[in-house]
Amino acid sequence: MSQPTQLPRWIDIGVLPVWNLAIALLVAGLVVMVIGHSPWQALTVLLNGALGSVRGLGYSLYYATTFIFTGLAVAVAIHAGLFNIGGEGQATLGGVGVALVALWLGAKLPAVVMLPLLVIAAAAFGMLWAALPAYLQAWRGSHIVITTIMFNFLAAGLNGYLLVNWLRPAGSMSVESAEFAESARMPALHQIAAALGYELPSSPLNLSLVIALVACVFVGWFLWKSAAGYAVRAVGSAPRAAHYAGIRPRAQVLLAMAISGGLAGMVGINEISGVQGKLTLDFVAGAGFTGIAVSLMGRNHPVGIVLASLLFGVLYQGGVEVSFELQGFSREMVVTAQGLIVLFSGAMATVSAPLFAKVYAALKGGR
Amino acid sequence: MSTPAVRLQAISKRFGAVQANREVSFDIAAGSVHGLVGENGAGKSTLMAILYGYYHADSGSIEVNGQQVHIANSQQAIGLGIGMVHQHFMLVETLTCLENIMLGAEGGFFLTASKAKVRAKLVTLMQETGLQVQLDAVVADLPVGELQRLEILKALYRGARILILDEPTAVLTPQETDQLFITLRRLKERGTTLILITHKLREVMSLCSAVTVMRAGQVVETRPIAEWSEEALAESMVGRKVTLGRPEGMEVNAGEVRLQASGLSLKHANGVPALKDVSLTLKAGEIVGVAGVSGNGQSELLEVLSGLRAPEGGRLQLGSASFTPGAWLDTSQARPLRLAHVPEDRHAVGLVMSFPAWESAVLGYQNLPKYRKGASMNHAAMQAATRQMQERFDVRPRDENLGSSKFSGGNQQKLILAREIGEQPTVLLVGQPTRGVDIGAIEFIHGQLRALRDAGCAVLLVSSELDEILALADRVVVMNCGRITGELAIEDCDEKRLGLLMAAQEERAAA
Amino acid sequence: MDEVLIASVLASTLRVSAPLLLCAMAGVLSERAGVIDLGLEGKMLFAAFAAAAAASVTHSTGYGLLAAVAVGCVASLLHGFACVTNRGDQVVSGVALNMIAAGLTVVLGIAWFQQGGQTPPFAPDVRLTAVAQGFAEPQPGSWFASVFGHGLLSHNVLVYVAFLMVAAVWFFLERTRPGLRLRAVGENPAMVEAAGMSVQSLRYQALLMNGVLCGLAGAYLTLAQNASFSPNMTAGRGFIALAAMIFGKWKPLPTMGACLLFGFLDAVAIRMQGVQLPGIGEVPVQLIQALPYILTVVLLAGFIGSAIAPKALGKPYVKER
Repeated sequence: MSQPTQLPRWIDIGVLPVWNLAIALLVAGLVVMVIGHSPWQALTVLLNGALGSVRGLGYSLYYATTFIFTGLAVAVAIHAGLFNIGGEGQATLGGVGVALVALWLGAKLPAVVMLPLLVIAAAAFGMLWAALPAYLQAWRGSHIVITTIMFNFLAAGLNGYLLVNWLRPAGSMSVESAEFAESARMPALHQIAAALGYELPSSPLNLSLVIALVACVFVGWFLWKSAAGYAVRAVGSAPRAAHYAGIRPRAQVLLAMAISGGLAGMVGINEISGVQGKLTLDFVAGAGFTGIAVSLMGRNHPVGIVLASLLFGVLYQGGVEVSFELQGFSREMVVTAQGLIVLFSGAMATVSAPLFAKVYAALKGGR
Repeated sequence: MSTPAVRLQAISKRFGAVQANREVSFDIAAGSVHGLVGENGAGKSTLMAILYGYYHADSGSIEVNGQQVHIANSQQAIGLGIGMVHQHFMLVETLTCLENIMLGAEGGFFLTASKAKVRAKLVTLMQETGLQVQLDAVVADLPVGELQRLEILKALYRGARILILDEPTAVLTPQETDQLFITLRRLKERGTTLILITHKLREVMSLCSAVTVMRAGQVVETRPIAEWSEEALAESMVGRKVTLGRPEGMEVNAGEVRLQASGLSLKHANGVPALKDVSLTLKAGEIVGVAGVSGNGQSELLEVLSGLRAPEGGRLQLGSASFTPGAWLDTSQARPLRLAHVPEDRHAVGLVMSFPAWESAVLGYQNLPKYRKGASMNHAAMQAATRQMQERFDVRPRDENLGSSKFSGGNQQKLILAREIGEQPTVLLVGQPTRGVDIGAIEFIHGQLRALRDAGCAVLLVSSELDEILALADRVVVMNCGRITGELAIEDCDEKRLGLLMAAQEERAAA
Repeated sequence: MDEVLIASVLASTLRVSAPLLLCAMAGVLSERAGVIDLGLEGKMLFAAFAAAAAASVTHSTGYGLLAAVAVGCVASLLHGFACVTNRGDQVVSGVALNMIAAGLTVVLGIAWFQQGGQTPPFAPDVRLTAVAQGFAEPQPGSWFASVFGHGLLSHNVLVYVAFLMVAAVWFFLERTRPGLRLRAVGENPAMVEAAGMSVQSLRYQALLMNGVLCGLAGAYLTLAQNASFSPNMTAGRGFIALAAMIFGKWKPLPTMGACLLFGFLDAVAIRMQGVQLPGIGEVPVQLIQALPYILTVVLLAGFIGSAIAPKALGKPYVKER
């Protein structure tokens, strides 16, 4: 796509994304008005619910943790030139991996051994679920967007099958696995605080947040510091130049998708080990898709992803509060806002670029 | 003198800094076959694109059949009876020939009825012109020769009385070429005016009634065929007296054989040969220039020798390593074997545009221990190396953090050259080193290549600029139609011999 | 084999395939014109909601259908605006549409009807009922009444419309002028533009037809199949339709075959629960439900023939000159 005028970097990275976000939220505000509420009131309740209390903040951060994982997953794939829509399925498999290991070994091993094992299991299962479509793309030319969508549904089916036929305790009516042993539970932040003598209101926020931040550092290192990341970025950005440089594109595609799937799989640590303590149906609940929004907003960079995840964490937690407090307001408003953000920050990201270029040129020329 | 079918007067067209056409004027007689000849970049394609409405001339006028016209788009050109057969066919592969011809001029909402009508018209047209095309065959299944007939038929169906053919025999087998000639002669008898863009001189002499030679955007001369010969055409195409840029008293001291390629053969995707039995030897301390009009296998030769592509037949000996098609040289092996490559396409192949200069500066060398710190890249070493490269090769601005895309063409090329020369290769392959590069940088790059040669490197230089080849090369190899048609020592080169070799169909001994 | 079983499986298959057919045909039109359509799910969902909302408020089937078709068209045109006019990424736009639809249908549903996202059920006469009376149940003992009657004739008008649409889309693509141009624009838009036609307007035409069909697919779910809208009721059907379209190699008739196959699998899945197959044992229902997806992946991997997409699919068209 040709861009006749070049935008200076600060507009491209700073102003344009904020502008696109603003438009998305404006349209969301319009929707709020259409359903008969005041956008300002909704916004106030939202911010209060998400940030106005320590408990609310805890919830917001817990949501953000999952989004950091799925956002990083999308970002790594994008740097390799691939669109990984399979985060939903890879996260599901991560949870399955966590559950299998937790149920098998939880009672026998102490937390100090168990927790790292669970992290490895989550990443490994997620990796596997991404590696299959990656192999099909790189070696057989199967379009990765379609295969990862299919794999999302297959993951849900697999999860359902395992729960109903293998993991559901005998006699139980609910579609859930047995509860994990204590050692297989990610310690909640309020538990850790209590152990250190502080009192924090209870929330689902758990140690996974730390793991998520470590993952951010890892992704930053991998993409921009490591030799493997150099090759991945070259393949994603200039496949012919990569070939010229002796880099094998197929191997890079596989590597990038494997890491991407591994990151998405770690949602299992937060949701299954951290919060639920057992395997359930549909615990991912669309977080894979939120990851797309997060990565697009965050310009596929770990720092941007953390910021965008915080934003979405606030939106989700605030959205729940608004749906409790305001009559007729549902938390699906957040999903709508998320879709609008993907639309304006993703598909229509460059619509306003020519406008900005003109304004910038006019301002520059006018001086 | 009857009205010319087309009269071009003072057509000029500029694209940015490049003057593609400058004051082009000539007549095309009605019912004639007019040849438009010249090297790549001579301006022929731009001129015809203007005639067909793709571009608007900056100045000048066009008369068609005596009427001055303004051709705003190809629809209008078609309306004036001008048709074009492109070098890269404009066809929908999944549709049948009949459907491709009809597209845009179907003549009715329901296809079954319109198809019958169009088919009837086409059958008549095919009989008149002798063009045979299987109307109900799917385009994807047909050979190139038939597709070209389809394109001609498509243009004629739209009422073309003036037909432009852009390099029509570039992708045809000899048999298909003969068929085409028969067709073109029949069309001429029918009264169609044909404009033939080509650089194949034998065809020009065989078909045309008049020829215009273009060079560097200008018309060199237009003369009726009786006043031309292949030699005259070749001289006219290649140009003015070429100054050999070799300093006086320079001895050529070619040393050991560094690279030996024998019998390389390769086909394009559509089966047309790209390389035919090409053999080449590179010795230490010499620059071998590959001359020839672009598109005659030079690019494929570079791809094969650098490991980007494996040929279907042939052998390669690089130092002590030898390669055959089943186990050909791979780009990851080339550099460890001290083979470096400055690619023709610096934007898509030579650099990663989205990388900053210091990351592009190690492209191909990213696994060298000096650029690594375990599993990480050694950023400090990479940046220092880039600064050095920029210093040595006068790359401006001296900013290793600047994005690769932000450097000018000349500076990008200098950076790539610095990178490839930097590891002291024993063989260097260079493609179009000064394309789109400013004069100052050209001088510098030429100096660097000479210095490299003097230091004992074997250099293969592919360039469509004959001046460049003649200025740098010790030996000149000429390619045409995928074949090496001849080899000359630099002192035996003159524009006449080179022109003939560039137009030759078969290998010739240097006359 | 029991005529009651055959009859009810046949009837189920046709009923389940109907919305898939409509959606898949919509996808065929859009993708043959070169625009990737991942938003089938979202458009169908939105249209279903529109049909249910309009029908319950106006007590009119007609308005319900109209609303569904209108919403389908608006959504498609939005996709067109993002992708065709603004050359945005077609995959991202489709994903965005799905998200917006999933959210907005519930938001509006709760705000307007306060029933937790459901629309109020409407009167039976507003629903689309069987065209031919008397075949509501298979009749044991009579092959004709069961298989032909219940199996084929007991359906509502939209089921027959769905199959008609297959024929219509086929006829449109293969036998009409605009169809020829649509097929060309998805393969070689440069050639179409050079021949004097507008790539943009051809793609918008395709998207408009796509919107109508998605609208009908959504309307089927709430006017014919159920009697109200419930959140996320499409349950992935849009993606099964997408899979069917790929499995059918973007051609109307094989796509119909794929839809019928997937419909059949769905019809059979419930009935297979508890049934023991010789040598394999009980086939898990999840496996049967997963078969459409597995088959599509196997096809894409090239193990059962190849799926060659329209050549210009997914590439935003930029005028070269």
